[in-house]
Amino acid sequence: MIDNNDPRYKRGVTLTRRRFVQGLAMGGAFAGMGLGSGSVLAAALKRQGSSTLSGTDFNLTIGQQAVNFTGAPRIGTTVNGSLPAPILRWREGDIVTLRVTNLLPETSSIHWHGIILPSAMDGVPGIANGFAGIKPGETFTYQFPVTQSGTYWYHSHSGFQEQTGLYGPIIIDPTAPDPFTYDRDYVVMFSDWTDEDPTDVYAKLKKLSHYYNFNERTHKDLMKDLKEKGLAVTWNDRKMWNQMRMSQRDFSDVTGHTYTFLTNGQTPADGWIGLFKKGQKVRLRFINGSAMTFFDVRIPGLKMTVVAADGQNIEPVVVDEFRMGVAETYDVIVEPKDDRAYTIFAQDIARSGFARGTLTPDISMTATVPEIDSVPNLEHGDMGMNMMGGAGHDIASMNGSQHQMPTESMMPGMEHSQHQMGNGKMMPGMKHEQVQMPAGAMMPGMDHGQHQMSDGSMMSGMDQMTGNGQMEINKLKPNPSDFTAGPVSHAQTEYGPQVDMRADSPQYRLDDPGVGLRGNGRRVLTYSDLRALRTTYDHRDPDRELELHLTGNMGRYIWSINGIKHSDAEPLRWKLGERVRITFVNDTMMNHPMHLHGMWSDLETGDNNYLPRKHTVIVQPGSRISYRVTVDAEGGWAYHCHLLYHMPGMFRTVIVS
Amino acid sequence: MKSILAVVMFVGLSSTVLAGGADNPLLYKVMIDKLELRNTSGPNTLVLEADAWVGYDLNKFWFKTDVERTDGNTEEAEVQFLYSRAIAPFWDIQAGWRHDIKPKPTGDYLALGFKGLSPYQFDVDAGLFIGESGQVNARLDAEYEYLLTQKLILSPELEVNLYSKNDAEVGIGSGLSDVELGLRLRYEIRREFAPYIGVNWTRKFGQTADFARADGEDTSDVQFVAGIRIWF
Repeated sequence: MIDNNDPRYKRGVTLTRRRFVQGLAMGGAFAGMGLGSGSVLAAALKRQGSSTLSGTDFNLTIGQQAVNFTGAPRIGTTVNGSLPAPILRWREGDIVTLRVTNLLPETSSIHWHGIILPSAMDGVPGIANGFAGIKPGETFTYQFPVTQSGTYWYHSHSGFQEQTGLYGPIIIDPTAPDPFTYDRDYVVMFSDWTDEDPTDVYAKLKKLSHYYNFNERTHKDLMKDLKEKGLAVTWNDRKMWNQMRMSQRDFSDVTGHTYTFLTNGQTPADGWIGLFKKGQKVRLRFINGSAMTFFDVRIPGLKMTVVAADGQNIEPVVVDEFRMGVAETYDVIVEPKDDRAYTIFAQDIARSGFARGTLTPDISMTATVPEIDSVPNLEHGDMGMNMMGGAGHDIASMNGSQHQMPTESMMPGMEHSQHQMGNGKMMPGMKHEQVQMPAGAMMPGMDHGQHQMSDGSMMSGMDQMTGNGQMEINKLKPNPSDFTAGPVSHAQTEYGPQVDMRADSPQYRLDDPGVGLRGNGRRVLTYSDLRALRTTYDHRDPDRELELHLTGNMGRYIWSINGIKHSDAEPLRWKLGERVRITFVNDTMMNHPMHLHGMWSDLETGDNNYLPRKHTVIVQPGSRISYRVTVDAEGGWAYHCHLLYHMPGMFRTVIVS
Repeated sequence: MKSILAVVMFVGLSSTVLAGGADNPLLYKVMIDKLELRNTSGPNTLVLEADAWVGYDLNKFWFKTDVERTDGNTEEAEVQFLYSRAIAPFWDIQAGWRHDIKPKPTGDYLALGFKGLSPYQFDVDAGLFIGESGQVNARLDAEYEYLLTQKLILSPELEVNLYSKNDAEVGIGSGLSDVELGLRLRYEIRREFAPYIGVNWTRKFGQTADFARADGEDTSDVQFVAGIRIWF
């Protein structure tokens, strides 16, 4: 959480060690962060990046140092003189002890992101049991058993220290070997660096929320639309956005205008390098350690086999590309067959820049860097709206590369169709003739609706829309296990100056790769692809349903949950031992990566027997999504949007007792 | 009336000062929307239109000012001190005190207004000013921003003034008094700093026009303008 009492971040006030770590940006190529045999080669190269610390006993010192990523010297927040912080390598089953000393002039903290541990060790000042942060000059000793394995990370939970560099990877080796093999093992941690003081970034967003957006629609886009679509269609297309006073190009609050996107602390100009030998299998542990940036990651020329999400092994999925919400991790295996270099390309969701790395058999070989994709437009579904009779250009049904849909099935009202069958297979764009319905169960106006038939129950949303978009009839309770979006109701607290939109008809969009990735010709990972490798840990049905609405006012730059910001909200009180289903409804136009501390989020992706466990879940704009939580961790926990400048408001304290 | 306003402002302040923190930080913004030279048939006019606010997400104090100087003389000068409260997602209600320093005699008004973003993205500032003499001034200011490119912005603007009573001393007639239409093209070198050029058309109507004619002034004018827009 943001410590409200922290003084403004003071640059260079009490530097403990003032030295340039220019090598981070200017040191040229190096194979830093190699974990396997790559590190041997790395050692021979110029290397000032993160080191790996392994074992059970760690001394970490948080400090400030001069860094230079852009040509302008700045002060970064470092751990043991390193930005990103050192890789911590633990072993499942060990008890780790971490003595963290704070040499900053302000309170600091470290949160072990995604790690299951006692509340008192979770590192969130004011929320974790008995933890008030680490005061300047003090040392706090974290100690906890490591009960999991995989790829995670750690970061500050105080002020905006995460933006200035306090983040690092965690690798936990499993007791039983992972069910996949690889010859090399690299961490690929993305992050976003700004030369600006983060408090200035935050203030600018509050004063002019589109301050960093230089991809707005302009005259050129309008002329193009007029030429291609004509006046009437263009007017209609623009109408809703103009009436709602929303930008169709609002993907990311902070962009490459101020950010330099880093790969393992390397700028795109320098590039991080990972070495391989032809035919080797390379494990890449992708971590999105950004403050505000979603990345779309691909390696042109290589298929990626995704083997783990948020540190947890999943049934392998072969993809060309995946989107990483802030704080998510994905482990992939790649197998370069050729003696050539490959670019790891991670463009930001706003298409304003990219982070870059290179996989190469030889340090002298480089690969071409792809162009950034063209800037997409948010679509009606991203507003949580059904647009009856719209231009038919919406959401997952149009995710052409993955789901070919016959033209005749592109009916008005089908834009949001995401039909989930009982067997967990998504059938976007399902033609209504294919829908099997129990005899006699037809309801008026069902002809292009959302049809659910797994247990004979049936729900419809679409054709029950009246002309003004109000949901009328649907009285059945939504059943998240089969992804039929029922009606949505918004709490009274969501009405007011602090909330600028509410999704009328938020849909489950598990197979929607998201804005900017739809129909791009590449196989893009979606949440519907995620299936745990082992059976669900807790098979109980949820005891209780909890619906949380992500809310905000973009123009005023206010973020909240259910229209109430953290400081005004009562804590969520959960009962130890219960199994809760949490359904998020995103009443904003932005993706929010929601992170629950201390307990796993068993994401309902289709098969209840193999629910993937995540610690951070992207809630797409205007959508709904649900997961189950086994409330097995006593104490205080943070529950929040992991976008750093949304976090102060879009946050809840959870108290489990 | 001033004492009532002072109480209103004080109450507003005390309710917000206690709030604060990272999710509702105390911030300020100064916006010099127009600092421009207007090329007229006579001596050039220097115009300043600026505002500033300090406060929290939903509650702020606003200061607005409008100054016109021609040939070294301040011909118009107006200041407003307002309490502003968000009442709807895109709208703030503003109330306070307006003081006209020039033209003489000075005037004091109770100010009530709405400021916000209308559907179709017009920045609107609509005020109702009730003077001590019973004079009521209704003012509408609407501005649109059309992005030619990400940094080159064309901005049409309309300002309309209506008055309830004649006021010969300051040359104001009842009814529709004056309309000002502007079109400015600015280039945002930074978001905060943008030079611009433009054209401004003003016209006086009814009794206001008659007063102007009696003073030997034009009732309609087209001016070329050049200036800078700065905020921080």
